[in-house]
Amino acid sequence: MPHIQLPEGLPGIRGAMAFRPETAKPLNELVEVLLHGPNSLTPGERELIATYVSSENDCYYCQTIHGAIAAASLNDDEALVKKVKQDFINAAISDKLKALLVIAGQVQRGGKHVTTEAVIRARNMGATDLEIHDTVPIAAAFCMYNRYVDGLATTQPRDEAMYRERGKRVARDGYVTVSKEYLPA
Amino acid sequence: MPHISLPEGLPGISSGFAFRPETAKPMRELAHILLHGPSTLAPGERELIATFVSTRNDCYFCQTSHGAAAAAHLGNDSKLIEEVQHDFLHAKISDKLKALLVIAGQVQQGGKNVTAESVEQARLHGATDLEIHDTVLIAAAFCMYNRYVDGLATTWQPRDPAMYASMGEHLATHGYLTPSVKAHALEVTK
Repeated sequence: MPHIQLPEGLPGIRGAMAFRPETAKPLNELVEVLLHGPNSLTPGERELIATYVSSENDCYYCQTIHGAIAAASLNDDEALVKKVKQDFINAAISDKLKALLVIAGQVQRGGKHVTTEAVIRARNMGATDLEIHDTVPIAAAFCMYNRYVDGLATTQPRDEAMYRERGKRVARDGYVTVSKEYLPA
Repeated sequence: MPHISLPEGLPGISSGFAFRPETAKPMRELAHILLHGPSTLAPGERELIATFVSTRNDCYFCQTSHGAAAAAHLGNDSKLIEEVQHDFLHAKISDKLKALLVIAGQVQQGGKNVTAESVEQARLHGATDLEIHDTVLIAAAFCMYNRYVDGLATTWQPRDPAMYASMGEHLATHGYLTPSVKAHALEVTK
């Protein structure tokens, strides 16, 4: 049961956002810019970073929905998403993305954990300053979203089909558009 | 030195915001609603929650600037701010705020650390569902802002009390939608 009275029938962050539309607006706009907006990192790569951090933070709802969005952006390759969560160093992803995931994992543990070596490594693998920058607030933002979702004890159904279907829609239409389904106009 | 090439002369999060205005906009709006917008929690109380979480996350820039904003709201009582940072259970704040700070500290450790007991305790001291919600989100948001500031090694986190006091005054008065510092205004303090 959630710690506070949230609107029913809306799992995970959606219940919390419907409870407080004022904060839902910037929360949706931030994730839209970070994961769905124009970027030299593909949406699939950025969703993998979000999924990985959510997995490290042990947030079921976030890792499952963002894993589904990642898969939808990556030719439905659910096995790749699973591999990135569990053992990204040996996953079939670029060396640049691996280096960015190292930085994301450091941010997850705490901002001061990010090392110069990890940043240099990412740069050597071709990451730009903007890509390194965005990796940091993606990882940092998911340290917020994950805590928001679990800190309120939101309902998080174990229903893979639901996440898969929703993942396809968010991958296609983005966060702000899909959020209009459950937020007041 | 920052991990990436950030605009010079802007302290802490301001340099990240100037580097990437697209992400700065929703981050600013979120802080503005949470800390400065209409709420049954006073702005000073909300700034204390932000300061406390930033202290637990060991982020110098965030704890000092939000501590200064809290002080500006609370009659410049900097001793109270320090008490809340380091021993809030014995600080001169309401029992409700103490109960909310317990929840904030649990969120800082991880969302699953929030207990039904601490939520019940906050409710017994008069906290509403909205106040409990906002406490969770303020604490979670500062787990983002703190990581953003330190994760980029925004090295310029000056040890300059006057700068933070003036920043705190600006934040307490105007909120978070516009920059609280301008690069040229800081040349003298460099």
